[in-house]
Order: sequence, then C-alpha cells, then structure tokens
Amino acid sequence: MTELGEKYAQLNQIIARHRDEPGGLMPVMQEAQALFGALPMEVQEVIADGMGKTLSEVYGVATFYAQFALAPKGKYVISVCMGTACYVKGAQAVLDKLSEYLEIPVGETTEDGEFTLDATRCIGACGLAPVMTVNDDVYGRITPDQVAGILDKYRA
Amino acid sequence: MSNITLTIDNVQVVVPKGATVLEAARRAHVRIPTLCFLKDLNEIGACRMCVVDAGGRTLQPACVLEAGEGMVVRTNTPQVREARKVILELILSNHDKKCLSCIRSQNCELQKLSLELGVESGDEFEGLRNEYQVDDLSPSIVRDNNKCILCRRCVSACYKTQAVGVIGPVKRGFNTTIASPWDLPLNSMACIACGQCIAACPVGALHEKEEAPLVWDLLADPSKHVVVQTAPAVRAALGEEFGLPMGTNVVGKLAAALRRLGFDRVFDTDFGADLTIMEESNELIERIKGGGVLPMITSCSPGWVNYCETYFPDFIPNLSSCKSPHEMTGAMIKSYYAQKKGLKPEDIAVVSVMPCTAKKFEADREELAAVNGLPDVDAVVTTRELARMIKQAGIDFLKLPDESFDELLGESTGAATIFGATGGVMEAALRTAYETITGQTLDKLDFEAVRGVQGVKEATVQIGDLSLHVAVANGTANAKELLEEVRRGEKEYHFIEVMGCPGGCVTGGGQPIVTAWDRLGVDPRVERAKALYMADKQTALRKSHDNPEVRRAYEDFLGDIGGHKAHELLHTHYTAKPKYKQ
Repeated sequence: MTELGEKYAQLNQIIARHRDEPGGLMPVMQEAQALFGALPMEVQEVIADGMGKTLSEVYGVATFYAQFALAPKGKYVISVCMGTACYVKGAQAVLDKLSEYLEIPVGETTEDGEFTLDATRCIGACGLAPVMTVNDDVYGRITPDQVAGILDKYRA
Repeated sequence: MSNITLTIDNVQVVVPKGATVLEAARRAHVRIPTLCFLKDLNEIGACRMCVVDAGGRTLQPACVLEAGEGMVVRTNTPQVREARKVILELILSNHDKKCLSCIRSQNCELQKLSLELGVESGDEFEGLRNEYQVDDLSPSIVRDNNKCILCRRCVSACYKTQAVGVIGPVKRGFNTTIASPWDLPLNSMACIACGQCIAACPVGALHEKEEAPLVWDLLADPSKHVVVQTAPAVRAALGEEFGLPMGTNVVGKLAAALRRLGFDRVFDTDFGADLTIMEESNELIERIKGGGVLPMITSCSPGWVNYCETYFPDFIPNLSSCKSPHEMTGAMIKSYYAQKKGLKPEDIAVVSVMPCTAKKFEADREELAAVNGLPDVDAVVTTRELARMIKQAGIDFLKLPDESFDELLGESTGAATIFGATGGVMEAALRTAYETITGQTLDKLDFEAVRGVQGVKEATVQIGDLSLHVAVANGTANAKELLEEVRRGEKEYHFIEVMGCPGGCVTGGGQPIVTAWDRLGVDPRVERAKALYMADKQTALRKSHDNPEVRRAYEDFLGDIGGHKAHELLHTHYTAKPKYKQ
C-alpha cells in the first residue's frame, strides 16, 4: 500500500472509533489533521461520508476553529504575536513586512512550501515585544528591517 | 394536553403547553418582528429581532421562549423597541441596501421591518462591510451574499427539508458567510436545484436565475414562433402576486395574460401531465406484468431526479423513463404541433412557466432534445418571474377576462391538474391504471389516502386481483427515509411518487414567497392544493385517458402508448452523478 493509501486506511479506523459517539466529529478532525498535517478537501470528504455528515458541516467546523488548517503548513511556521503589548510596539508593521517579503497574505503558505505566515494571540513574552516565532525559535524586539535577515537563515 | 395562561401586553392568552411566546403573541394579535425564525424549520433564536420583556434579567427572544403559566410579557416597552432597532441597524450596517433594484423589494422581511421599526438612515453604524462575488453560475439559483443576513433559514431548508446540505455557515465572527465548502459555486456542488433555499430566504440573498430577459428577446424576434406552456401549480399561486387570497385558482386570467404578453400559442402543461399518465401507467403495468424493476418511482420532479441521480444512484433503474410533463409537451410542440402548423421545429421556441427552479436545470439537460437535437424546452420562467413580466408589461391582471388555452395541446383533465400537489401524480396514475387493467369504470375517483401534506403516505389499492402497494413522499428528506426503508427490505411497494419539494409543486422553489409571519397562520401547501383539488372536482373530465386531445395525439401522430414514436419523444434516461465534483 502507498503511504497515502495507508493514511486513508488509518483515517477510516479513526472514523470507526468515533462514529457512534456524540460529538465525535471534533476528535476525528483533530486526529485526521495530526495524520495528514491538514484537512484538505479529499480528507474532509472521507470524514463527511464516514461520519454521516455533509461536507458543508465538516467544512463549517474546519473553518470555525483556528486549530484546523485546510492546506498543509510550511516547513517553517512564522507566528507574529498580535497581543496588546506587541501590537502597540509595532507588530503590524512587522507582519506587513513579512507578508510583502514572502509575497503571501497572512494565513497562507509560500508556493515552495517553506514558510507559513500566521498572526497569533498573545504568546506571553510581552517583555520582548514585538515578538515573532519561527517554529520553536523566538525573536524579540524585532523591527521590520530585520525580517529579511531572519528568514534568510532558514532558506536552504 | 394542558394549557398555559399568560399575559401579553395586558391581554390574557391561553395556549397549549409547549407553545412559544411568539405563538402566544400571535393569538393575542400582537405582531412580534422576526427574521431568522421560520416555523418548524428554523427556530434558533439567532437574530434577536423578536426580543421581549418577559420579566427576566435581560430581554429574551420570543421565538424560542416557552410560554409559562402566569408569565407577564411586554412587547412594546421603550427598552424593547430600542433593542430591536439597534439589532436591526447592526444587521443593516453589513447589508447591501440596494432596495430599488432588489428582486425582493416590497416582499422583503428586512425592508418591511426597517419601515415598521422606524429605522432612520440605515447607516447608523458605519464601518466595515463584507463584499462578496455573486454566484450566478447555477442554471437555477443565484446566491448574493451581499444581501445575506446570516439567518440560516436556507441552510435549514437545505439540510432538514431536503437532506442535501450543500450550503452552510463558514468561518466565524464578522467573517461568517453562508457558503459551499471552499466557496465553490453552487453548480459545482451536488445541489439539486430545488430552490427551497429561495423560498426560505427573508431577503434578496437567494433568487432564481432569471430567464425573463431571454423570453422578452424571443417575443421580440419576428423569426421565432414562441409557444408557452404553464404548469398546474402556477394557476394555484400566481394570484397571490396580485393580492388575491392564497388558494385562488387564476387559470383563466393566466391564459389571458400569456396571450397579452405576445406568445403565439398558449398551451397547458396539464396536457403533458395527461400524456405522462398514459405513458407512465402503461410503464407501470408492463413492469408489473413483465417482471420489471419495482418499485417504479415517478420522474416528474426534476429536483427529485437530481437527488436520485446523486444520492440514490442505485434507484435509477426504478425511475420511470417518462420525461416530465413540460418536457413531453415541449417535444410534442416541436414535432406534432410543428407538423400540424407546417412550421420548422427550428423556428419554434418553447417557454415553460413553472413553479420550480430545478426545471431550469432540467431544460438544459442534453438528453432532453427529441427533435433534431433541439432542446425540448428553450426557456423556463418561474411563477414569480411571470408575475414580474405581467407587471412590466403593464397588464392589469385582476381586470383580465377568463380565457382558455389554445387547442391541440390545451385540453386537460382533473387528473392532470392535481399533479401540482403531493400525491396528485399517484392519484392520476391510479385512476388510469385501474380502468386500463380491469376494463371497468372506476366509481370513486378520490384516493384520499394519498392526499395531504404528511411527509410519507402509504396505501394499498385493490385493482382486480392485484393488491397494488403504493407510497408517496414529498421533500427529498422524506424520500430519503422512504428509500432507505425500501433498500433495507423493510418496505415493499409497486409504485412510489416522489416530489422534491415539501407539499409538491404548489410550494415549489419558483412559487410566490410566503413570509415567515404569514406561514404562522396559514399553510401554503394546504391552501394552494385546495385550489387544484377543487378544480379537479368541478371538471367533467377527471381521468387522463379521457382527454380528447391526448387521444387524438395518439391516433393522429404518436401511435401506440409506449410505442416506438412515444419512446423517441416522451421518454428519457438517467445517469449517476458524483456527490463531489471537484
């Protein structure tokens, strides 16, 4: 069986485990996302059919909760903190610069699959405001003109 | 059931236990404004338009607040009035207020409330406004989210009434929209085009894809011989658009209006309905005698056919091969009528006036082109579109004389007229099948067991030695339940009638829209059906096989019932369709 075929077989097992429990859709979607890295259309179709729901219902849940992604995230996920402290310290300008530099809107992934740009709520590092993270690396007191230099470190 | 006594605006009301404050207020003749509420379908208390002071800590929504013993409700305090107005203004702040050109102007629940509640400019809360692309790619339904107020009435109709569910709430907060997954257009979803979402919409966010402009062009084209036909259910509802009470049969004025609009011939789809019964009852008898696939299921309702092809493809062999009545009539116009008149089929345009949006989709089907590859029907307008055309043409509908349909394809029987109501096709088929099989005259023509608005009806009819088991479903959610029982072998029938819309064509997606408030007091399914059953009762000819023009069509043109020519012109085939098209 191909790798993808195996994943779909696992997805069907996940569905079978939760099919009859009340509110089973959420755990299925969470586990499916862990398995596939995101919830693309084909995966949502399998979930809808398996759970006896319509694709609309599944998609509605997928877009309601921030935890679900419709497309796989990039190798490096950039999160710019938009909490109050970071915001007043100029996080928006940093975010705009990142968006401009990567040529993608917030919430999307670059075509080469390297970077995903997200805006997040307060990450609790207000003393370092404005803050951004790239996967697990934290960058504090950043300015828009530092953005290119930081990202270039991650380019292959 | 025990009763509850409560006071609404100083008036004592008695309601059954379980009734809502909204229902109690109606009995006290107090109108509480609503937007998201739609009786039995969408009772979710989401929009908060109906807030009242029921003595609680805060105002409460009357549509979901159960009436309590001794409850004192005030619906007209300064606090209540102010709250409703603010709610309305907030909704208006994100609404495309182009009322002048809106298809629902004067029949819009939001517009009506704005007047009633004394909204001043409609711009009290200026700020961001969502802008959306209009989805008009479906041949049947247009979705304009710029007008959407997120009430979810369409969503409930799509999920609950029809078991389709191709639209739903997407995203959250200010970004929430009612959309299809991945914002795909409706025509790439497994939408059955029934238009029940339109019938549920309080505003102009959903409407039919208009073909009236095309019809105006055809009427203005001197090279085209334009023939119109009109479905049974249209006559039972068109009058409402001109202020007549629900359930008024306006068949005479309808024929007169069509003639004044300039159609060259005015025919009746009822003729096609009688023709359908000739072919369909013959098909049923052949299937029973010859061991064919049973239960046979009717195929008149294009919403239902779409549903079957997509969601129950294993039942495609059960679908009657008969085309729907207006497609049959269209094919007859381009063959039989063309021949009689010495016209080239290419020069004829057939326009159908239908209570239905799925008929627009149906008319586009490539397989429904019996004569020289020409479509059987060239354009379909809904009952609402026809009403607008009559108004645009300046025709004083109420002053029109009663006229008849034109000869050749204009005669019909009571059996055809009741096609517009759930159970009507079944009853018409039973009348003809009985007399064909037994050779005896049927004494009692009324098959009461298949009438009425229950979701599923069953009956066993004795025809000679044969105990014929039949069932009738209306609304595709009910059809789904019935077919699942048949699939599991729990139920066995010879013949099933399915109409895609609840109540049948009289409450189809193309019919005049009845507001949520009016629906509290009257059931359009019942009232409009009454007009059809009354017409059936009052006519001399009540059996399809007694239609003299149908008989003549077989004698002069078609040959045998179910014969070669009939098959060529009047029958079709179906194809399984994928649920996910992307």
